[in-house]
Order: sequence, then C-alpha cells, then structure tokens
Amino acid sequence: MRKLSAKLGMASLFASLALGSAYAAQPTPWQTTFQPAATPIMEQITWFEKYTLWFIIPVTLLVLVLLAYCIFRFRESANPIPSRTSHNTAIEVIWTVGPVVILLFLAVPSFQLLTAQYTPPNEPTMTLKATGNQWNWDYEYQVGDAPLSFNSAPLLQDADRQALGKQDLGAYPRLLAVDNEIVVPVNTTVRLLVTASDVIHAFAMPAFGVKVDAVPGRVNETWFSAEKEGLYYGQCSELCGKDHAYMPIAIRVVTQPQYDTWLAAAKTDLPGANRALMAQTDTGNKLAAAE
Amino acid sequence: MADAVIHSHDDHGHKPLGFFTRWFLSTNHKDIGTLYLIFAIMAGIVGGFLSVMMRWELQEPGIQIFHGLASMVYGVEGDAAIDAGKSMYNAFTTAHGLIMIFFMVMPALIGGFANWMVPIMIGAPDMAFPRMNNISFWLLPPAFLLLILSAFMPSAPGAHGVGGGWTIYPPLSTSGQPGPAMDLAILSLHVAGASSILGAINFITTIFNMRAPGMTLHKMPLFAWSVLITAFLLLLSLPVLAGGITMLLTDRNFGTTFFAPEGGGDPILFQHLFWFFGHPEVYILILPGFGIVSHIVSTFSRKPIFGYLGMAYAMVAIGVVGFVVWAHHMYTTGLSLNTQRYFVFATMVIAVPTGVKIFSWIATMWGGSISMKTPMLWAIGFIFLFTVGGVTGVQLANAGLDRSFHDTYYVVAHFHYVLSLGAVFAIFAGWYYWFPKMTGYMYSPLIARIHFWLMFIGVNLVFFPQHFLGLAGMPRRYIDYPDAFHGWNMVSSYGSYLSAISVLIFLFGVFEAFAKKRIAGANPWGEGATTLEWQLSSPPPFHQWEELPRIR
Repeated sequence: MRKLSAKLGMASLFASLALGSAYAAQPTPWQTTFQPAATPIMEQITWFEKYTLWFIIPVTLLVLVLLAYCIFRFRESANPIPSRTSHNTAIEVIWTVGPVVILLFLAVPSFQLLTAQYTPPNEPTMTLKATGNQWNWDYEYQVGDAPLSFNSAPLLQDADRQALGKQDLGAYPRLLAVDNEIVVPVNTTVRLLVTASDVIHAFAMPAFGVKVDAVPGRVNETWFSAEKEGLYYGQCSELCGKDHAYMPIAIRVVTQPQYDTWLAAAKTDLPGANRALMAQTDTGNKLAAAE
Repeated sequence: MADAVIHSHDDHGHKPLGFFTRWFLSTNHKDIGTLYLIFAIMAGIVGGFLSVMMRWELQEPGIQIFHGLASMVYGVEGDAAIDAGKSMYNAFTTAHGLIMIFFMVMPALIGGFANWMVPIMIGAPDMAFPRMNNISFWLLPPAFLLLILSAFMPSAPGAHGVGGGWTIYPPLSTSGQPGPAMDLAILSLHVAGASSILGAINFITTIFNMRAPGMTLHKMPLFAWSVLITAFLLLLSLPVLAGGITMLLTDRNFGTTFFAPEGGGDPILFQHLFWFFGHPEVYILILPGFGIVSHIVSTFSRKPIFGYLGMAYAMVAIGVVGFVVWAHHMYTTGLSLNTQRYFVFATMVIAVPTGVKIFSWIATMWGGSISMKTPMLWAIGFIFLFTVGGVTGVQLANAGLDRSFHDTYYVVAHFHYVLSLGAVFAIFAGWYYWFPKMTGYMYSPLIARIHFWLMFIGVNLVFFPQHFLGLAGMPRRYIDYPDAFHGWNMVSSYGSYLSAISVLIFLFGVFEAFAKKRIAGANPWGEGATTLEWQLSSPPPFHQWEELPRIR
C-alpha cells in the first residue's frame, strides 16, 4: 500500500513535470496551483495536495447535490406532509464509518509525506545557516575553516537594482529580488539551520516545500535537495513587524563547478562572485521569467 | 429601537422604571441579550470597516492608502508616514481579528442569542445569576474601549497600535513593541476574558439547575446543548489564555523572562499556551452556530432533528477533541516528528463528528416539507460554506501539506470559510429566525433575501480566490505583495466591497422592520417551530414562565 501510493504519486508527478517547464520559481499571475516543484519533497507535497482534492471535492459536491436535491424534491409544494423519521441506525453508522475510511486513505500518504520530510535520503554534505533579522536575512556557509557569511536584503530602490545589474523585473521581481542570493549546488542535500536574532521570522521556499520558523534562542533544522538549476524565491512567513512583507528569500541553484568557483571567489569578493555567476546563469533565468 | 421595545412591554406591566434603570442596571436576560446584540452589531461594523480598509489596500500592489491613513490619524509625513502606515496595517489585521472574535461573534452568539433564548428554551424564568449577567455585559464595553484606545498608543518605535496579529506571539509582542499599546490590549483581553468566564459560569449553572420539570438533558434543545458545551470550553480554556497573557505582561513590565530566551524562557511556550486556548476558542465561535442551524433546519423542514443524540454528542466530541489538537497551529515551529504525527491524527479525528453533523442536517431536511424562508436560506448557506471550510481544514490537518500552506492565504481562506462564512452566516440565520420573536416585528423578506444573496456572492468572491493565492505561496499579513499576486487580490477586494454593501442592506432591513412595525405574532414559522420560545408572545413578557412549563 505504502509503496504503491508512493509510486502512483511519482508517476503522476513525472507526467505533470514533463508538460510544464523545468524552470519557474516564482508566482505567476492568476496562478491557481502550487509553484512548480524543485525538490523531491515538494513533488510529493504537490502530489499529495492533488490526491486530497480527489476526496474533498467529491465530498463537497455530494453535500451540495444532497442539499439541492432536498430543496427541490422536498419543497413545501411538492411534499406537503413531512415524514417523522428521526432515526436510522444503519445510515448513521455509514456516515460515521465512511469519513473514517476516507481519513485512513488520506492518513497513509500523509504520514509517508511527513516522515519523508524528516528523512533526508543521505547525510547532508553542506550546512547553511539562516538568521532572520528585522528585516533581512543573514546567511552563513559552514564550510571548512573559513565560513562564508553575508547579509541578504531586498532590492527596493531602482538605484540598487542598477548597481547589481538586476533591472530585469522578470528574473528579479519586485519584493522578491535580493542583493545577495543564497547559492547552492544542484542535487546536493543541504542541511538548513534556521534561527532569528530579534523576533520570530519564518524561512519559506515554496518551490522546495520548505518552511521553518526562525525562533530566537532556538535553532530549527531542515534540509532540501534541489533538482533543477534556477533562481527560486520565497518570503518571510511569520509576522515580524513593520517590514514583514519586505524580507524575501532567494536561492540560486547552480551546477557543482559553478558553485565551487562562486564559493572560492565569494570569500574575498562577494559582489564580484555574484556578478560572475549571474553572467553564467541568467540566460536560463530569463527563459524562466518568460514562461 | 429601545422605545419600540419598551412600548411593546407596556402590556405586561413588569417594566422597571426609566431608561437608565432598564438598560444600564438591567438584570433581565432578554434586555442584556439585546444589549449584547447591539454591542455585537456595533463592534462588527468597526471590525468590518477595518477589513474593507485592508482589502482596499490590497486591491493593487504597492502601498495605496495606509500612508495616507497614518498621516491622517497620527499626523506623520513623508517616509515616516510610509513606516507608520505599514505598522498601521498590522494594527488593522490585529484589531480586525480581536474585534471580530471577542467583540462580535462571541457577544452575538453567546451573550446575545444564548442569553435571550437559553433560559426561555429550557423553561427558566431568567439566568441563574442575573446580576452577574449584568457584569458580564458591562465588562465588554470597557474592554472594547481599551482595545480601541490601544490603536492610538505608541507600540514599536514610530508605530501606533498593536501590530502582532491576534495571536500576539512574543518576542514581537514583548521586546518588539515596547510601547503601552500592547499593555492596553492585554488588559482588554483580560477584561473580555473575565466577562466570558462569568458568562460561562452563569450558563452552566442555569442549564444544570433551572431546566423546567421534565426537561432532562436528553430532551434539551440542541441550542442549549451547544451553549452548555461552549460554556465548558470557555471555562477551561480562557484561564490558560489569562495565564499566558499575564506572563506576557510581566515579561514586558516586570523583568520576568517566561518567553525570552536570553533569560531561559521560550517564545514557543507562549504559542502552546495561546493555542491551548486558541483552538477551543474557534469551536467556541462555531458551536452555538451549530445549535442555531439545527433549530432552523428542523423548523423549516417541519421535521424533528435527525439523530438528536448523535448531534448532541457530536458537539461534545468536538469540544473534547478540540482541547487536544492545539499544536496543529505550530507545525513549522520545530515540533518533533512524533509530536506532529500525533497532532495530525488527533486533528483528523475531528472531521468525523463534524461529518455526522453535516449529514444529520441533510437527513433532517430529507423527507421534510421545506419552506425556503430567509433563516433557512442562511442555514443552508451555512451548511454548504462550512463544508467547504471544513474540507480545507482536513487538508491543513496534514503537517506534511501544511508545510506549504502554513501562514499563507490558504489558511486565511480556510478560517474565513468556517468563521466569516460559517459563524457569521449562523449569526444572520439566528437573527432572521429570532428577530420576530425578540422584537415582535417581521422584517421585510425581500430585503433579507437581497442581503443574503449579496453577502453570499460577496464573501465567496473575497475568500475563494484566497485559496489560489495561498497555493501560489502568498504569505498572510502582508501589506504589499509581488505583482504576480495582483489578479486574485483584486477579485478578493471587489468581493469585500460587495459584502460591505450587503451589511448596509442588513442595517437598512433592521431599520425598515422597526419603521414598518409589521406584527409578527407568537409563532410566525408554523408547526415546525417546536421549542418553548414559540409558545410565548412576541416579544416575550418581561418575565416568562411564571408558571413553569411541563415537558412530557
């Protein structure tokens, strides 16, 4: 049962992925579904969300149809003498047991999904720490003897965009674009440690299926493994004061060699390293934006 | 309104002396119920105004109106106005939530309808503690004034009003907002909580001790059952909130560190305390609505309620299980995997008794002789919209899926479907059902129907698109959003204007009913209306059941 549902999930996922574009990591106008998944966990979440719809939409329609049928069939003029029935043990058992069965069908894949979120496929090979501040993020790469750390703030002024070469609102949308993105290699399990320096924030990356509260005095741990290169956006997801809407999160997923080059350069010259990376990757991102 | 009611009571000769004595020193459950209803309508208008302002702001990306509002109210200009406006928006979301919960839905359902109808329905002459009833009500206006006052007090630097959301999580509500606004809001919650606890004690005592001869608990009307369960939820959960916000108060003012990690405290502790109250609270908001809808469906189907005992004990089950699911609001805070598994399981269990209720309402209609009068329209609207909110609740119960939905507009859509479209529809259902009983006048069915349809379309336009925004990833409590979210936000805002118009039509309908004075009669709903209130005149005598009714 477990394996079967997981396999079904994967099959439907790959089908949907083949149709959609591989790149797209930000919300689109009039969107009615999740953002395209960039990690296996988000693929599983997307599958499970669609799976729940197969239960909840029929249940809602059943209620709607029954209500409409009652209103029409048992209207005063059509049925002037009401029945006095107020008990029927059989039907009461059915509508108690029926929902229990539906819930079991939901619970099995739900618990599989939850367990998967806490079970990285392999030991993470790199560790990234995110610290929420009012109202920006600090990132720290815990690599080697010299950890790399930098601040990431939103690009709110045109001048800031110009200075960084991020005028393209398609790839660097308003309220999502930041000065310094997180850079991670593709197909790598990344351990993410999340905390905060002042009030509670939350680190969220919709396309990765990641959302963790950043709580002062506590370090929360999660992980992700991005399968597709691209530029992905998320936003602070716990009310943190005046500029809650103005502390986005951006992750650039690149190839391992690109990442290695960037990391080596970033330790001494972060803006230069970012600019060099942008020169290599932004054609892909523009495709994503056009999509 | 007051004049009309006073005149109608002249016939009964028990009228106490003078306007002040009657309305300010009242110990009569019906007068206090009326005061509660008037208070709830006024608070609802304030809370609704705040929400329309928020939707106006969110209609377009960028900051539209709040910098202007801030400079109007707080007299700041330029960049300071923008900053004050952002904080003001947070203060609006916070105040909207607190007002709608504590000063609109609870006063309307518990203070208003339950005060009015529970003693009558169980055949009691009044509440058990009439003077405590008076205190319960008169604690509310000062609580409301404290909350309003807090909006004009400094909170964070350069900001006014409590901007921490109705959940007032620390540290944003402690070190994040050092000004007096938060202290006033905490005091307001304390006073409102004390009011509710006194009310709960009153209802429990009344229902346990003052039922008419022959009315066993298993013969008691479902609305009285729902209020009894609600009262227990209030009594058990509000003291936990009171404890939590008292710790917040001492953290803020007296150097304790219950929730401050630098002193060995834990911000997550507050969330546990808050939601131990907060989750039962959402059932407190909806259970009396369940009771009202049961009566209306039965009345207008001219059938006894289907599965009466199942209906009563489903509410008991919802109340009990409602106490052990609180951490499903906290899946992203870093709960252990096993803790999350438990809360997923417990939360899903609630769907079973809720399903029993939905299907029992439909079974009550089945085979009935249904007249689609206005209260029935609202009740059926309630059943359908509550189902929509309920099934998204089943989705959100799953921690794995909630990872994506938590703190997005999907959650906002969900809880407005069960509360704004659920509890509020139940309130309007109850209003149109009992309005003739309470006032003696019949409203205009045409105006009532226009009110229903405009509101039905309006609120669905507001909240259905918010599911899409949530799926796309738009976080809650944002004054500004990336341009891609524009479309659905615009639809949502238009819906909110339509809903606001429907509220004006509601108010006009009330005015029209009092102006036209169409006499309703003791029982305008016919043989389907079987509970005791329909055996009294409309409005009921100042003191009812001087000779106790006997229930076979």
